[in-house]
Amino acid sequence: MPLYQLDINGQIHEVDAPEDMPLLWVLRDILSLTGTKYGCGIGQCRACTVHIDGTATFSCQARVGMLAGAKIVTIEGLPAERKEPLVAAWEAEDVPQCGYCQPGQIMSAAALLARTPRPSDADIDSAMSPNLCRCGTYVRIRRAIHRAAEATP
Amino acid sequence: MSSTLSASEQWIAERLSQRLGGAPSTSTPAPVPGRGGGARPMQRRVFLKLGGLGGLALGLACASDDPKPTTSAQPEGAAGSGMAPGMATEPPGTEQAPEAPEVPANQYDLSAYVRIADDESVTLYIGQSDMGQGVLTAIPMIIAEELDVDWAKVRSEHPIADQQKYGMQFTAGSASIANSFAAMRQMGAAAREMLITAAANRWQVQPAQLRTELGAVLHDASGRRASYGELAEDAAKLQAPQNPRLKSESDFRIIGTPRTQLSARLKAEGKAQYTLDVKVDGMLIGLVARAPTVGGTLVSYDDAAARQVPGVRDVVQIPSGVAVLADHYWAALKGRDALVLQWNDGPNAGVSTSALPNTMMSMMGQGQNRTNSGNPEQVIAAAPAERKLEAVYQLPYLAHAPMEPLNAVADVRADRVELWAGTQAPTSVLNDVAMRTGIPAANITLHVPYLGGGFGRRLVNDYVLDAVEASLAAGRPVKLMHTREDDMRSAQYRPINANRMQGALGADGYPTAWIHEIVVPALLGGIFATEGSSTNYPYAMPNRRVTWQDPAINIPVWTWRSVGASHNAFVVESFMDELAVLGNKDPLEMRLRLLSQSTDMTAPRFAAALQDVADRAGWNTAPPAGRARGIAVHMTFGTIAAQVAEVSIEAGQVRVHKVWATVDCGRAVNPRGVAAQVEGGIIFGLSAALWGQIDIEGGRPVQGNFDTYRLMRMSEAPEIEVNIIDSGAPITGMGEPGVPPIAPAVCAAIFRLTGQRIRTLPIRLDA
Repeated sequence: MPLYQLDINGQIHEVDAPEDMPLLWVLRDILSLTGTKYGCGIGQCRACTVHIDGTATFSCQARVGMLAGAKIVTIEGLPAERKEPLVAAWEAEDVPQCGYCQPGQIMSAAALLARTPRPSDADIDSAMSPNLCRCGTYVRIRRAIHRAAEATP
Repeated sequence: MSSTLSASEQWIAERLSQRLGGAPSTSTPAPVPGRGGGARPMQRRVFLKLGGLGGLALGLACASDDPKPTTSAQPEGAAGSGMAPGMATEPPGTEQAPEAPEVPANQYDLSAYVRIADDESVTLYIGQSDMGQGVLTAIPMIIAEELDVDWAKVRSEHPIADQQKYGMQFTAGSASIANSFAAMRQMGAAAREMLITAAANRWQVQPAQLRTELGAVLHDASGRRASYGELAEDAAKLQAPQNPRLKSESDFRIIGTPRTQLSARLKAEGKAQYTLDVKVDGMLIGLVARAPTVGGTLVSYDDAAARQVPGVRDVVQIPSGVAVLADHYWAALKGRDALVLQWNDGPNAGVSTSALPNTMMSMMGQGQNRTNSGNPEQVIAAAPAERKLEAVYQLPYLAHAPMEPLNAVADVRADRVELWAGTQAPTSVLNDVAMRTGIPAANITLHVPYLGGGFGRRLVNDYVLDAVEASLAAGRPVKLMHTREDDMRSAQYRPINANRMQGALGADGYPTAWIHEIVVPALLGGIFATEGSSTNYPYAMPNRRVTWQDPAINIPVWTWRSVGASHNAFVVESFMDELAVLGNKDPLEMRLRLLSQSTDMTAPRFAAALQDVADRAGWNTAPPAGRARGIAVHMTFGTIAAQVAEVSIEAGQVRVHKVWATVDCGRAVNPRGVAAQVEGGIIFGLSAALWGQIDIEGGRPVQGNFDTYRLMRMSEAPEIEVNIIDSGAPITGMGEPGVPPIAPAVCAAIFRLTGQRIRTLPIRLDA
């Protein structure tokens, strides 16, 4: 199998994997970065959201062979100044129920706030609608994103 | 099949049948606080790693000797962390932050539930499974209330499954709080008395001279004070009192106050461990090729090509199919794709959901009575045509689709088994695995990580037994996964059903007779077939018959969040709305009148919930232009939930703008968690009402993923306002009751908007 060099959370990881292996499984099963979750494998639920060059992306759809030179950030490597306001807001709004989709929700929200520091409800709907939550925490996620935006100077 | 239940199903049916009508189960004995029998309390030195995995205990050793952390001794409490002996504690690439220093903290068990450390942290071990419904917060609130600790110091985890310590571990029927409220108060109070006794012994004073305050024992006469952390070692050596004194309820300062889920931060940070995240040394990751038809069987297979796939380590046949075991998921998937398989389609080859409604309708009139009072047939026959109604309601199979697809980790050895499973039924898993392996339950270690959703699906143990079978066959630990498609097609569905409704109105326009014929496959012997039908409603109805017929369809069915109520409440409340329209009555006023004529004890609570939700929704005011409102109520496992939905049609699609919800669960231990469950239940119910449908074609489940089994998304989610009525009724649960009323409330609103009566779910608007 080929060797790939992946830039993940600011570190170069050398990964021995088939060319078509999705980044999701490289993260989870090879690198043990399990904060990125598997939900559907077909780009429908975005539990697997990571940032690739700053864009929130389905890691289940990103093949390892296409990621040379890409900067990949997972929930484990999300910088504290981006992560902490969101986590604090998630806690303040008591968002998670089962919690399984929430790392993906946080990653989508972080990409949204990086791009749009003061999002409207419509911005939030548009950025967050790819992320499914079976427990139905949407109303609280929306409030939490507003709260995180307000908490960020 | 309906007639014969497996031992496991029988066990579950017995547990659940006690929940019917909302009565708290008495099957779970109140756990005895403390160890009893004078056994020496175990003392442990536990090394906490601050930072890292959220500060969870990583290793421990007996206090008496080896001070080093070890992964060979199994920390009883590490289940919630998903940690395992031999499990990589430092996965490559994780935790870039510098390592926090290890701070040793001595931890002491005052009972199986209560562990106090000398750093003042209090860890509570809760036998019920938290699948998002918040039981790992609400039950700790009950214990912490009586223990009298600072809530900020409290953490919670699932323990290693143990029936002796935790009673029947079985989380279903929205029963956790109802079943454990009294026992968990005792548990907290017993630990508090042990701490008081420890202080009394230390200071040589009478326990009666001591009091507690936020995690400390105080002797006011001398001004002495000792924290629980300072007393825990001594307290752990004491016998637990059998009848500890409980607080006066008027002194509650935790119970009844809104609290955030204890796991909220861990989950938001991505550090909560689910079974799918567990990694054990030497573990392979497996996927099973199963028959494409429900009930199909394997004829033959050729695994030569599969074994050539890089990363595939083994291919083994297990009862449910052929398991491909590999270094990672991708290799397992490629390997499974490379299998050459021949199947026998089995007994369901001719079963298609397109034909099932006709089959079920042909059985109308054959059902057995579940309720029969008055003379409904005669009254209906005698009523003039403009005062009677007949309607047919049909609902589909539904999948649970928890976000974490089913999976389990099993390591089966000659004389012991270690398991990780996000199960709702740990006791039943132990029973089933002991039966399968011949290894006694005492030698089976079952860790219960966080559950990535459950909704009833994780009550059946098929996915755990698959992992056990694969580990047995391969002779090494296996994480047996389901792809999303495997999960959705695993055929443990909410039963398909058909209903024939007949009703008649009196001369005053109010209902007088009601016949509900339910044809629904028997779930757990049929105990839920009519649950949530009008048999659960206190509407005064002098002539009423409810019947049930099992259509004997061979597709397995299972408990789906709110179970029988998930279909019966839709039919009852939609038909009530039809009768209100026929009688030219306001649907709220008609319900309130029927409730006022009832002698049932629950009728005033139904009425109060309906009135409250209607008032808050402005029921008597006109909705905004282009919108309409619908109302419905239901009692699920003893909790009453009333909802008003405000709906419009936009570009031919149903849009639910806002839902007002009122619930009465007797008393809300955690109002914040109650509201979350109502919100989530409404979204769950809306996904089903708008899109939920599993079709079967030639015995094959059709929908496999979220592209065809749609779930509600954020842009479609309504605003939701929840109000909780503290009625003082016996405490009941909240995991499920939010679901049933939403579909009938939305469909009643659709009728007012369009004139189209929705009698088949999911909702399909006429062009």
